[in-house]
Parts: sequence; structure tokens; C-alpha cells
Amino acid sequence: MIPVTWFIVLSVVLFMIGVAGVLLRRNLIIMLMSVELMLNAVNINFAAFAYYLQDLRGQVFVVFTITLAAAEVAVALGILIALVKNRSVTNADELDSLKG
Amino acid sequence: MPIGLNDIIAILPEIIVSLSACVLLIVDLFIPKGKKFFIGGIAILTVMVAAFVSFYIAGAGLTGMTVFSGMFAADGFGFFFKGIFFVIAILVILLSLSYVDTEGIENGEYYIFILFSLAGMMVMASGVDLLSIYLGLELMSLPVYILTGYAKLNKRSNEAAMKYVVLGAFSSGILLFGISLIYGITGTTELTGIATALSAGGAEHGALIIAVVMLVAGFGFKIAGVPFHMWSPDVYEGAPTPITAFMSVGPKAAAFAVILRVFLDGLAPAYDTWYLILSIVAVGSMVVGNIVAIAQTNLKRMLAYSSIGHAGYALLGVIAGGEEGVASVMYYMLVYAFMNLGIFAVMLYMRTTKRSGELISDYTGLAKKNAPLAFVMLLFLFSLAGIPPTAGFIGKFYVFMALIHAGHIYLAVIGILLSAVAAYYYIRIIMLMYMKEPEGEFEFVRSRPILYVLTLTAVVVIILGIFPGDLLSLAQSAAVFL
Amino acid sequence: MFLTYLPVLMMLAVVGAMGAAAVIFSSFLRPNNPYGTKLSPWECGMEPIGDASTGHFRVHFFVIAILFIVFDVETLYLFPWAVLLTDESISLLIFIEMFVFIVVLAIGLIYAWGKGALDWVK
Repeated sequence: MIPVTWFIVLSVVLFMIGVAGVLLRRNLIIMLMSVELMLNAVNINFAAFAYYLQDLRGQVFVVFTITLAAAEVAVALGILIALVKNRSVTNADELDSLKG
Repeated sequence: MPIGLNDIIAILPEIIVSLSACVLLIVDLFIPKGKKFFIGGIAILTVMVAAFVSFYIAGAGLTGMTVFSGMFAADGFGFFFKGIFFVIAILVILLSLSYVDTEGIENGEYYIFILFSLAGMMVMASGVDLLSIYLGLELMSLPVYILTGYAKLNKRSNEAAMKYVVLGAFSSGILLFGISLIYGITGTTELTGIATALSAGGAEHGALIIAVVMLVAGFGFKIAGVPFHMWSPDVYEGAPTPITAFMSVGPKAAAFAVILRVFLDGLAPAYDTWYLILSIVAVGSMVVGNIVAIAQTNLKRMLAYSSIGHAGYALLGVIAGGEEGVASVMYYMLVYAFMNLGIFAVMLYMRTTKRSGELISDYTGLAKKNAPLAFVMLLFLFSLAGIPPTAGFIGKFYVFMALIHAGHIYLAVIGILLSAVAAYYYIRIIMLMYMKEPEGEFEFVRSRPILYVLTLTAVVVIILGIFPGDLLSLAQSAAVFL
Repeated sequence: MFLTYLPVLMMLAVVGAMGAAAVIFSSFLRPNNPYGTKLSPWECGMEPIGDASTGHFRVHFFVIAILFIVFDVETLYLFPWAVLLTDESISLLIFIEMFVFIVVLAIGLIYAWGKGALDWVK
């Protein structure tokens, strides 16, 4: 049997890659992909815990997380399309009309 | 476990709101452009029906039950917050009716998104399982992201929405990771189960502090607490003004409902772990919010910083804990909703082609041109600053009382000192309105719904300031959810 | 352990062999006559506009893709539901629940339809 720590190490590494992607990359689409990576790291966590605790709750959470990730990315891409149509930028650093 | 009649009754208000939103989505297809205020009218009606049903359920002694296998609680605490959300939704729709017309963003979906967001907030207020809380949070946030970018042709609106959605998704990722760690530590996502597991020894677990930090980050983003506040000035400035009004009060109150439940119910045995983290966020919010607000020239940005500061005050109530602390936060959120919506109503009343009403300098000499408007503005600014006899004073007063009774004297002193700083930038606007000569021409929207909102909020701010007793005792009786 | 999954492995081998066989046999049988039009990339019945690697697509693909993602993910809920449907004590209840769920999805679809998101030619 694989120890639960292995799963946690995997999910923490994935999560950190996602966090680094959002914070360091400036392309909005890559930032959204990094967010997806974070959510998938969470899914690994939930599935692993559900398996080790022999509890279905974690698996249910995974299903809902996947759905919400899809909904979130649909909204984000819709907003991105509106932004690109108006200004044709996909770089987060070029979003600078709001400052104070 | 099969679903019984109790389960259906308990979520009847949520069912009404979401069902009506779904039906309106179809009805909207058949309503010609220019008649979309009809959707807004039905939306208000829906909220009223939902409010009536909630009131009936709360009054019929059906409260206190936990339904859907421990996912959802129809208790007084939830109903109190739902009351706040109903008021917010109705007032925001009233504020929007003329705004969407002048901005050329009149669409039926606008009101439908407000209804969906309202449904999400209601689920958040009643959720007693981290799963239902998370679902409610997303249902609340997604429509607000869209509404922020609702002015499709406005670059600032696009940009604000993009920032909001990326950072919002990021924060909900962090929140979820925290939830998954809590699940790993305690073996459940139910708040009562978490509390039991933590008091049975789980509170010593080393990963708990990481989980708590992640939960604070996730919820802190929604209430715009420092250091998770970076999005809020930009998003507030770029979003359509009624939506700014909505997100400054609605999602914030909903997030506080969740924070109260999660930290004072589920994580109560780990008080020593989260107490310091929340204190840092609270003090940081009060300092950054109140000091940076002084330098702002845009009223919306200033209100964003002021709302960061107010989140700090309300967090003090969470730190105080106990029935008194919970009641003080609930009361604060109620009062904050009225006064903040009031000030946004003034802003919308000023919004014409001549001036946007968004710059602080737009208000120079307002008292000479429109004395009643300047007076209600003065009232809301006094209330935000916490000057008696307005409701804002009572709200702050009870938070500090709860804090002192709980023994956190230092925090109370810091809070009181910083509210003196806060008074400066509110009173600066009053000076501009009353002491200076008007510049340029003034024009007003003269929209009836906005006038209603102005009158209602002004009256409530005064009444709650002079006779706070009834609602406060209601909040106290609703605060016993533990 | 190995024996439990042996049928799956055999299945994979058979599928792979059949695929390879189809390609190899047809390469012997078919006439070989490549010309420019035949070798050009073919995008869902439309003339290719420029190089695909520049990242420019018709926005209309995007709307369809988003609709697909949303509806595709909702299918996820049908699998646990279908497994539980055999349990007689709750089968009627969850049948009604799924009905409600599908109706909500259908409302979304009707909305998209009514807004013209499904029409290819505008």
C-alpha cells in the first residue's frame, strides 16, 4: 500500500507549481491553467484522504470541485474574450488602466 | 438518507430564488429590449416572496434544524443574515434600474445574476458543512465576476472583471486546499464533526496551522482583508457602480457569516491557532484601509479602502467570539449594508453626463445646490466614520464592547485609535460639500427608485443609531447557533 | 494482481493490433496520389485561415467549446447516480432528483439556444 504522505507530497508539489504559475507567469491563459493545476492538486488530496479514511465525503467533494473548476474557467474565458475584443491583450502586466 | 418534507421546507427560500432565476432566464428571451426593467420588477418580487417565506419559517418555530444529512442548517443565525441579503438584493436592483439604462447595459441577465448570487449567499449563510459552504461561495462569486465585467465595451470594467476572476479563482484554490487539509486531519467536512475531532486531540496536529492560514486566505479574499485586499480597489473602481455597491456589502456579509460559523463553531477548539492570524489580518486591514484611504481622489477607490477598514473592525468581533461577539458582527454587517448602500445611492444620484459622481471633487459645494442630498451624504459619512447618533457608531461600539469583555483590550485600543484616523477622510468630504463654493453645473438623475433607496437607508441609519435595542436583541437571540 | 488485469491487457493488444492492421493493409490497397488540396489541413469544413499555430481561431469555436465543457462536466453526476439507481429504497427519490437536475440543465440549453449560441451562421 502506498503511504498517504506520497500523495500529499505530490499534491503539494502540484499546488506549488500552480501557485508559482499564477504569481510568476504573466499570460492570462497560463495563469488560468495554473489555477486549474491548483484545483487538481486539491482533488488528489481529497481522493487520497477519502481512500485512507474509507469515507465517501472526499470523493463527493472531488466531483463538485471538478464541476466548479469547469464553471469558473468558462466564466474566466468569457471575460477574457470580452477583454481581448476590446483591447487585444493577454498579458496581465498590460492591465494597467486602473490605478490609484 | 431520503429527503423529507423538512428538508424541502428548510431550503424553500433558496428554491424560490433559484427557481425564479431559472424561469426568468427563459422569460427574458421573449422580452424586447427596453422593457427589461420588467425582469428587475419580478426579481424584486421574488426576493420579497423569499423574504416572506423565510420570515414565516423563522417565525413558525421551524428553526434550529439541520437538514440534508448535516449539510444545511435552517437556524436563526442563517435567517438573520438572509434578511440582510434580501434587503441588499432589493436595494441594489432598485439602484440599478436607471443606471443600466444610462450606461446602455440594459439586459435581463443583469437582474438574474443578482438573484443567482443571492441564492449563493443564502446557501453560505446556512451552510454547516464545508462542502455546502464552498458551493454557496462559488455560486455567489461567479455571477459577481460576470457582473463586474458587465459593461462589455468599457475597458475598465473588462479589466476589473479579469483581475477579479483570476484572483478569485486563485483564492478559492487556496481555500479548497485548506479544506482538504482539514478533511485529512479531522476526517470530516461537517463543522460539528470538525469541532469534535479537534477537541479530541486533532487541535495539536502540525498541519492544522497551514490549513487555518489557507482558510483565512480564502475567506479573507472575499471580505478584502489585508493582505488579501489587493484586488478590491481596482475591482471596485472598474465595476458598474450598483455592482460595486452590491459586492461591498453582499459577498462581504456572506463571507462574515461563513467566517463566524467556521471559526467559532468548527474551529472553536483551535482558537489558539487562529486567534493570532485573524488578529494580524484585522489590525492590518484597519491600518491599511484607513490610512491609504486618505490619499484617494476617486470616491469609489476611497470606499474600497474604507470597506477594507470596516472588514477589519468586523473581524475584531469574530476575535471577541462568544454570543456577544457574534451578535456584534451580525449587527455591524446589517448597519454597514445600509450605510454603504446609501452612499452608493448618492453616487448614483449624481451620475449624469456632466459628471460621474465618482471623483471626490465632484461633491465640492454640493450643499449649496442640493441641501437634502448633501445632508443624507453627511449622514452616511458620519455613520461610516462612527459618529453618534448614527447607526455606524452603535455598530462599532458593540464590537469594541464585545472585544473588551472578551479581554482583548489592546486590540480595542488600536481599533479606536484607527477609527479616529478614519474620521479624517470622511469629514474631508463633508468639508468639501459644505465649506466650498460649487464648481461647474450640477445635474441629478432624479430617478424615483434611487430616491426611495436614499430615503430608506437614511431613515434606517438614523433609527438604528437612536433605537438599536430591538434589532440588537434579535441579533443576540440569533447568535446562539453554537 | 496481474491475472486480474490480464483481460484488459489482452484487450489493449487486440485493439492495437487491429488499428495497426487497418493502416498497414490499406496502405497496400489504396492508390497513392497526393496533391496540394488533399494535403491541406481541413478545419471542420472551413477554409483554413492562416497558420493554426498563431493561435487565431474563430471565436465561434469558443462558444461551442465552453458549452461543451459545461455540459460535459455535468455528465459526471450521472455515473454515481446510475450506480445508485438499483437501490430500491431511494431509486424513486433520486430519479426525481436527477429529473430536476436535467431540467435545470435543459433551461441552460434553451437559454443558449434562444440567445443564438447554437446557430452557426449569424
